[in-house]
Amino acid sequence: MSQKDNWKIWEVFIRSKNGISHKHVGSLHAPDAEIAIKNARDVYTRRSEGISIWVVPSDAITASRPDEKEPLFAPADDKVYRHPTFYDIPDDVGHM
Amino acid sequence: MDDKTKYVLRLADNALILGQRLGEWCGHGPVLEQDIALTNIALDLIGQSRMLYQYAAECKGDGSTEDDLAMKRDVFDFYNVLLVEQPNGDWGHTLVRQFYYDTYNYYLYEFLCNSKDVRIAEIARKSFKEISYHAQFSAEWIIRLGDGTDESHERVQRSINDLWTYTGEMMTPDELDRKMEAEGVGPNLDDIATKWKRKVNEILDIATLKRPEESFMQTGGKVGEHGEHLGFVLAELQFMQRAYPGMSW
Repeated sequence: MSQKDNWKIWEVFIRSKNGISHKHVGSLHAPDAEIAIKNARDVYTRRSEGISIWVVPSDAITASRPDEKEPLFAPADDKVYRHPTFYDIPDDVGHM
Repeated sequence: MDDKTKYVLRLADNALILGQRLGEWCGHGPVLEQDIALTNIALDLIGQSRMLYQYAAECKGDGSTEDDLAMKRDVFDFYNVLLVEQPNGDWGHTLVRQFYYDTYNYYLYEFLCNSKDVRIAEIARKSFKEISYHAQFSAEWIIRLGDGTDESHERVQRSINDLWTYTGEMMTPDELDRKMEAEGVGPNLDDIATKWKRKVNEILDIATLKRPEESFMQTGGKVGEHGEHLGFVLAELQFMQRAYPGMSW
């Protein structure tokens, strides 16, 4: 029996500091949620990257389908007025 | 060598030899994640051994360095317990060795955080969070392997039985342990043994594993009497310094 049969894949989300949202950092193998947290700690937070970890079974994620890309996202492309690009930013403001 | 130095070397040698053993898993873990987990623990242990060797070198006061202590002593001058030099075996076997040791080490360092020796107390407080994590990690794995599949249960039970004979030495006080206890430097090992047994029983119960019968316990490592394995561990660990004395990079 190989681990591929009985070890689920988990998506890992790390919060780098208070006030920041959890951010997806990658995935890993683990037999259950507790070990997934420990593995995430070892794989993704060795250099003080985080203060909180979420793990989610990959199969619990519903993703948009690549072949639906056009109807989902293309309609936004010709609505430039949704982007705040019509304002002149005063020089003093610098980078915004 | 005075008693304190010898005691610190015992602590350091346990950390170094177990760290070296775990390091052998590097690139060989059953899955990438577990490979990283074990080598992380190996690095924690080797880091702890460095602090202890630095202190031991100061105590010796003859100009030796931490590197001399780690790299230039032979088998009979190492004072680690026999448990930590035992070969890795399979994943479960390594985790049983780790579980027996971590449980002991947790209660030991819990005491050492308040050792009357200020330097030992400092080192212990620095190490205690890592050691707490190690203890959690190995206990979790014993539970999963014991209460896992028929095969994992059977194999881990075999390791529980096979390594049992090496557990007594850690908690059987000898003259030096008693002296350190009297000075408030080290713990009362009977107390540690009571806590160790309680914890081990608790985890074995959850893991549906049987605790071995009380039986003959191997001893000797603490006074430099080792089994056949330590020489091979040192041969690998010390090769570079033995072949090219003083080399560095």
